[in-house]
Amino acid sequence: MQNRLIFDQDHELFRDQVRKFVQKEVAPHVEHWRKQGRVDREIFRKAGDQGLLLMWADERYGGSGLTDLRYEQILYEEVIRYGDIGVFFTLHSRIVAPYLQRFGTDAQREQYLPGCVRGETILAVAMTEPDAGSDLAGMRARAEDRGDHWLLNGSKLYISNGLNADLVVVAARTQPENKYGIGLFLVEADWPGVSRTPLEKMGLDAQDTVILFFDNVRIPKANILGDATKGFAYLAEGLAEERLLGACQSLAHAQVAFDLTLEYVMSRKAFGKPIGTFQNSRFKLADLRSQLDCQQTWVDQLVLQMNAGTLSAEAAAAAKLLTSELEGRVMDECVQLHGSAGYMDEYRISRMYRDARISRIFAGTSEIMKEIIGRSLGLDDRKLK
Amino acid sequence: MKVLVAVKRVVDYNVKIRVKSDKSGVDLNNVKFSMNPFDEIAVEEAVRLKEQGQASEVVVVSLGSASCQETLRTALAMGADRAILVQSDAELQPLAVAKLLHAVAEREQPQLIILGKQAIDDDCNQTGQMLAQLGNWSQGTFASKLAFDGDSLQVTREVDGGLETVQLGLPAVVTSDLRLNEPRYASLPNIMKAKKKPLEVVEAHNLGVDIAPRLSTLKVEEPPVRQGGIKVGSVAELMAKLQNDAKVI
Repeated sequence: MQNRLIFDQDHELFRDQVRKFVQKEVAPHVEHWRKQGRVDREIFRKAGDQGLLLMWADERYGGSGLTDLRYEQILYEEVIRYGDIGVFFTLHSRIVAPYLQRFGTDAQREQYLPGCVRGETILAVAMTEPDAGSDLAGMRARAEDRGDHWLLNGSKLYISNGLNADLVVVAARTQPENKYGIGLFLVEADWPGVSRTPLEKMGLDAQDTVILFFDNVRIPKANILGDATKGFAYLAEGLAEERLLGACQSLAHAQVAFDLTLEYVMSRKAFGKPIGTFQNSRFKLADLRSQLDCQQTWVDQLVLQMNAGTLSAEAAAAAKLLTSELEGRVMDECVQLHGSAGYMDEYRISRMYRDARISRIFAGTSEIMKEIIGRSLGLDDRKLK
Repeated sequence: MKVLVAVKRVVDYNVKIRVKSDKSGVDLNNVKFSMNPFDEIAVEEAVRLKEQGQASEVVVVSLGSASCQETLRTALAMGADRAILVQSDAELQPLAVAKLLHAVAEREQPQLIILGKQAIDDDCNQTGQMLAQLGNWSQGTFASKLAFDGDSLQVTREVDGGLETVQLGLPAVVTSDLRLNEPRYASLPNIMKAKKKPLEVVEAHNLGVDIAPRLSTLKVEEPPVRQGGIKVGSVAELMAKLQNDAKVI
């Protein structure tokens, strides 16, 4: 791998320590977690003890006040390399918890953030519905103002961390007549009327993805997040970061696949020689290496832009688009270089191939990414006649 | 009680090292360095002594180039209180290191000095013993357990025949074996705190010690590649092979 230039000594020290944590506390459980379809809740608490969750949170909530995204990137890379891609610390820390920080009241932050930092309160976010994915305006879940409480009804699909979650940020329609009138609610998973069912998936076996049902759930008035009609804008605010984190994840995953495969072609023999000596292996891996180095350098720069507050929505979309497409290609080529072994579940590359497929779909599909980039060029069918 | 811990920056144990083509040593370009694993155990033990109230201060010391500061930061993140770098770009052999550590110890006056039993790069296993001799201090090498007994220290040592327990008067030098403890990983808050802990740099030549090398390396070679085994048909054939081919009996 090309030397990466964005990390200093503090980051390297952090990486070393995180690596040891993942090797000791995550790696031995991965097989079990993948079989049971969820990670043990305990791992969040252990990560919390090490200060690895909500690193950005203020010290009064138990955090380190560290907003530098490079630390999250390092954590993600080490979790993927030595643990499993289905351990969603980052969703908890950098995608859901910031809603509380940005739009929550002091009381809401006091109530929930310390538990999130310690890993005792696990977070999920519920946006997608059976009939509303990228098209959030089609959302049907409804929260009615009943004076002293909100009454929530509806269902939410593909919710990550769903079984383990204690607190879910739920998007629901608050104004039936206004298609953008959506509110965000802090819903505790053990409230009456909340139920969840695990979903069987192609990959991400250790990730507890569920469908959530809300049947006349009474939400206290204190649990509305910000303005009850501005949820749509709130949701949009975190999307660039979420997509950049998706790009970090895709590259981290692809880098591991590359390394596993390079090792494999050096040791696996055919026709009396390691298969890595064949020109096909050499050319394929040379091509992937070059692509990975190129994209890693670019994404690393975008991480610095995120830190500086200058990352644009279209740059984040471009990063997610290209890295997830590359991840898919790397997995496919790497399975091929593994031959039949690559189709066997006992080889990690086989599991990684399945895990990678979702990257081109979640957090906005490749097609939506192209829409965002295309519209940023002025090619917007809503404006250009 | 003040505890001094010596740590060495070595090539990370995961790195597949390569011998330089001129056989003068191993290639150190672009390889990852980290703290000698035995020294990590030494730091862990000192930090535990502090947590148990046995030690009042843990001082870590490293010797070598400016980049050893990274290793010292790791020790500070694990819980050491302050660090000293004895800076020198010269090659430092065990005797020179022992003399420099002795000079540091004279200044710091620790009651206990803990070192790794050896470093995984040169595997010398000499520094702790030399240091004890220079200071005329008691020594407990290859420690797998430490226990305080009033003003003395009981050290359980891993020796070939089993476990030996010795009682040492203080000050003492202890070298850590693998089973002394399992080192912790530093938490993020402790990594952040380590940035604020004092790290003093002392130039080696200011310590008034002769650090000139006494040994010269003739050559460094890769270990021979292991050959495949063979099957023998009988005990007699095995004996003959051991006697005539392998020449071990």
